[in-house]
Amino acid sequence: MEKVLMKGNEAIAEAAIRAGCRHFYGYPITPQTEVSAYMAKNMPKVGGLFMQAESEIAAINMVYGSASAGVRAMTSSSSPGISLKAEGISYIAGADLPCVILNIVRGGPGLGGIQPAQSDYFQATKGLAHGDFKLVVLAPSSIQECVDLTMEAFDIADQYRMPVMIMGDGMLGQMMEPVTFGSYEGRKLPEKTWATNGTGLKRAHNVINSLYIDPDTLEKTVLDRDKMYQKIKETEVKYETENIEDADIIMVAYGTIGRIVKNAMKKAREEGIKVGLIRPVTLWPFPEKVINEAADKAKAFISVEMSTGQMVEDVKLAVNGKAKVDFYGRTGGVIPSPDEILAKIKEVAGGIE
Amino acid sequence: MDRITIFVGHYGSGKTEVAVNYAIKLKEEGNDVIIVDLDIVNAYYRTKDNEKMLNEMGIEVISPTYANTNVDIPSLPAHLLKVFADKTKKVVFDVGGDDAGATALGRFFGYFSQEKYQMYSVINTKRPLTDNKENIIMMIRDININSRLEITGLINNTNLSYETSCEDILKGEEIVLSVAEEIKLPFIFTSLLEEKVSEYKKKTDSKLFPLKKYLKLPWQN
Repeated sequence: MEKVLMKGNEAIAEAAIRAGCRHFYGYPITPQTEVSAYMAKNMPKVGGLFMQAESEIAAINMVYGSASAGVRAMTSSSSPGISLKAEGISYIAGADLPCVILNIVRGGPGLGGIQPAQSDYFQATKGLAHGDFKLVVLAPSSIQECVDLTMEAFDIADQYRMPVMIMGDGMLGQMMEPVTFGSYEGRKLPEKTWATNGTGLKRAHNVINSLYIDPDTLEKTVLDRDKMYQKIKETEVKYETENIEDADIIMVAYGTIGRIVKNAMKKAREEGIKVGLIRPVTLWPFPEKVINEAADKAKAFISVEMSTGQMVEDVKLAVNGKAKVDFYGRTGGVIPSPDEILAKIKEVAGGIE
Repeated sequence: MDRITIFVGHYGSGKTEVAVNYAIKLKEEGNDVIIVDLDIVNAYYRTKDNEKMLNEMGIEVISPTYANTNVDIPSLPAHLLKVFADKTKKVVFDVGGDDAGATALGRFFGYFSQEKYQMYSVINTKRPLTDNKENIIMMIRDININSRLEITGLINNTNLSYETSCEDILKGEEIVLSVAEEIKLPFIFTSLLEEKVSEYKKKTDSKLFPLKKYLKLPWQN
């Protein structure tokens, strides 16, 4: 297929439409507003629905409704807006419904700022809202990956009946790259026999609900869901590695920071420092195994993030004491430069001889 | 040539790259130049990113009051109006994308009705919403309505970022020429990265405007 030049936010919106999403509920917030703008322009062309809700909270609850009826539904926002959606996302997880949520992360906490950040890692992977639940969290680092992962996100959501989050930073939402659509093949998915889309007088009523009167029933539901999460940890982990075979120092970085780290890695290699990269593509499930195995050979790990250090905790858990784990980050909307990262690599290299 | 040059177009068409290069060329030709970053739509990747470099070249940059800060308010500074008063300066306007971005021009209607200008539409046919003649004409019409001005010329800036081939640029040029013929507007030039110029010259006689790439992402050297 022919390539076109697209902005991250537009490409995600187009990929969602091509994945069969026909219900989009949005509320504007920088730096993801182009998603809503694109949906507003293009959903009507395919007979889909774009709805600008009265608030983020309304938007996520509209997704809850659409997902209950078994159609592909999506909402998007940026950090403060995702916090507002938290309650709704917990309800959706508790009702075992599939949907896709996009977070184009900006600086926080509070209103924070509109420049790129990765400081919502804890929120996305550990505790977006109340209750024992997980989201699959996908972290693209290029616009092509935005397209491919958005299409797959809908399949993952439908396969496991759970919310899936695509998390990019503002840079990814705003930058432009050539992309092609149609490279994603699609999964074989079960029929949505649970949807509340009319019995046709042929079956019993389906019920969508997250309230359980009896504690034992709730416990069983949560434990069954947890079994599914354990299975996802086996089957859905995605990551990219580069130069890890001979590396003394392994960088762990996701999203656009993964690309900046690649530059720093190249410069470090030119200066004779053996540096490798593990780039998690799924933030949950986290690529624990590849990191743990790499720790058998590597002497040190550096987690590079646009935060004060969030993913570094998962890196430490995965390394499990086998090697030193260090951190470098900028936050508040500041993007680390390859040279800053290189300086950190040299500092760590100096300490591991 | 008129003193004021305005660059408009679909967002992502490459207006900023063309406008910044154009301002530098005017400066190199010995003019006093002001570049106005009138983009009230985009949060990032804008003329103001190059402010330090442009100032060092002796080009003044005027941008929205809160551009590149965390304040998401599209307000324009009062001293912008000096570009209409000081007739000794050449002025380049880099306008925000689409008809939405062009709306910011509308408030200067009174000034533009007293002084002639050239307003060029920068077109990238690799952008999905300006990929054919009909879409481009629709975009031009929308920008004319919202800006309360008239586009006076067309620029082919077809590119696929770092994957651009001369064939892509040539195909874009053909589409832009067909638009120029249909709506009776002059074709101004094809803009392309300077390293592509010698190869492209073998394919066409049209006027070219070589570009240096000034807007870079953190991993681009």
